[in-house]
Amino acid sequence: MLKRVHFPSSLLPYLLVAPQIAITLVFFIWPASQAVYQSFLIEDAFGLSTEFVWFENFELLFEDDIYLATFGRTIFFSAAVAILSMSMALILAGFADRVVRGATAYRTLLIWPYAVAPVLAGALWVFMFNPTLGIFPYILDFVGVDWNHYLNGNQAMALVVFASAWKQIAYNFLFYLAAMQSIPRSVIEAAAIDGAGPIRRFKDFIFPLVSPTTFFLLVINAVYAFFETFGIIHAVTQGGPANSTTILVYKVFNDGFVGLDLGGSAAQSVILMVLVIAMTVVQFRFVERRVQY
Amino acid sequence: MVENRPILNIVSHIVLILGIAIVALPIWITFVAATHDAVRMTQAPIPLLPGSHFWENFQQTLWGSGLSGTEIAPVWRMLLNSLAMAMMISLGKIAISLISAFAIVYFKFPFRMGFFWLIFITLMLPVEVRILPTFEVVADLGMLNSYWGLSVPLIASATATFMFRQVFLTIPDEMLESARIDGAGPMRFFWDIVIPLSRTNIAALFVILFIYGWNQYLWPLLITTDTDMTTIVMSIKQMLEAAEQSPQWNIIMMTALLAMIPPVFVVVAMQKLFVQGLTETDK
Repeated sequence: MLKRVHFPSSLLPYLLVAPQIAITLVFFIWPASQAVYQSFLIEDAFGLSTEFVWFENFELLFEDDIYLATFGRTIFFSAAVAILSMSMALILAGFADRVVRGATAYRTLLIWPYAVAPVLAGALWVFMFNPTLGIFPYILDFVGVDWNHYLNGNQAMALVVFASAWKQIAYNFLFYLAAMQSIPRSVIEAAAIDGAGPIRRFKDFIFPLVSPTTFFLLVINAVYAFFETFGIIHAVTQGGPANSTTILVYKVFNDGFVGLDLGGSAAQSVILMVLVIAMTVVQFRFVERRVQY
Repeated sequence: MVENRPILNIVSHIVLILGIAIVALPIWITFVAATHDAVRMTQAPIPLLPGSHFWENFQQTLWGSGLSGTEIAPVWRMLLNSLAMAMMISLGKIAISLISAFAIVYFKFPFRMGFFWLIFITLMLPVEVRILPTFEVVADLGMLNSYWGLSVPLIASATATFMFRQVFLTIPDEMLESARIDGAGPMRFFWDIVIPLSRTNIAALFVILFIYGWNQYLWPLLITTDTDMTTIVMSIKQMLEAAEQSPQWNIIMMTALLAMIPPVFVVVAMQKLFVQGLTETDK
């Protein structure tokens, strides 16, 4: 943590950490504590008086069917995004790991969606699925599917899942490929000599050996789906139709900035904070374990 | 390659090419849409092969009024705003994380670990969970609609500080010992030894942070109301809304293309640094 050889204490180290600490205090710690404080308050309809109500905002939330439905929906959404994009990435990485010629070219062509902003990813997908113009509704029409994600909640959910998973494939692919390439060749060769074919080797050697990466990516993808997909949902569906794509982060934004329900929005923020802390702890415990692995 | 299986090799290439096709399809459709005129883009089905209006659309989008009938800033102005925001965020994060990691690793001073944990906490407070109060702070400081407001609240960085800490811990102690024998003070040591030794890590981090900064959406959406401060990424949403009245998909998709070219270029051109940065920061 600290160097064995180091400089003595003086004013200098304080000046060096000062900018980071000042920004942390002003823009992180203070607002977060305000969110916690506001979550204990209820404002009247005109914003004239506030009342300190302890946990009433939280009780209201957990009695609110809409909020509980949002919770369940967020979990479904995260699981769908993680499974779809991780399995695509696993398959592609498995084949890319085999290929000798052109492996770098394939990697280059697969990783760049990482750089596309979520809201742009949303715009591209909403254009492809535009009910009157888009290419996919046109094709789906031939097989008798009437696509309109502005009216059909399930189709809207499918669309945001596609867009979110698409953007995340690049990240998952890179980590899977790196994990597979770090498996000692001797293990795979020994398996091959013992007569294990490519599918058997993947199932019994490669997949178990990359399981730490799978676990790590599950956490990362959950965090991504919970917090970073706001732009996609804002561009594609704005939470609709009839809340069918409203996830937790979107609801905090909507209740706070559009609905102006400060106490309720703050209470939701606090719940999200607890979720992030839990995910970060899981992630860090895992990172420690991976070092030993 | 463990064994020679020609058929499996061919299958591998086919699967990878299919994967690339799926990944690239949205971008291809965007590109195609940006090469046709507005009238063609209102007829279903939309074309799948490029048209001949690329330069026309390009010039109208970049220098012209952009989308007609809406009050948004010209696209070149939004690109500049995005560039300024991305540069300020990435350079700011790198600068303050370098010096705080240096202080934590190379100095022994009271509250050292306290500061470290305070920085660590920021990891657990993404902007999404504290949007309203952070917005209030920025409004009270009079930083709405300014480059400072766009960048400063985002430049505290636990991941960058941790990464630099790891890098500094690998610098041999003998470096500092010999530097001190030669009479170098802390800042001299920082500039002449620490910075040159962490050059590739700084570059790798810059690639990741530039993309992070360029792609910011929720934060600029909240704190810019002045159309002159709009970033290019934000403008897509406004254009999509306008598209419900007057669909000019060729212009919208050209704008989307312009908005994604800089970060995609950075990833492709600096691929090695990008991969290094991604795996080092683990996020």
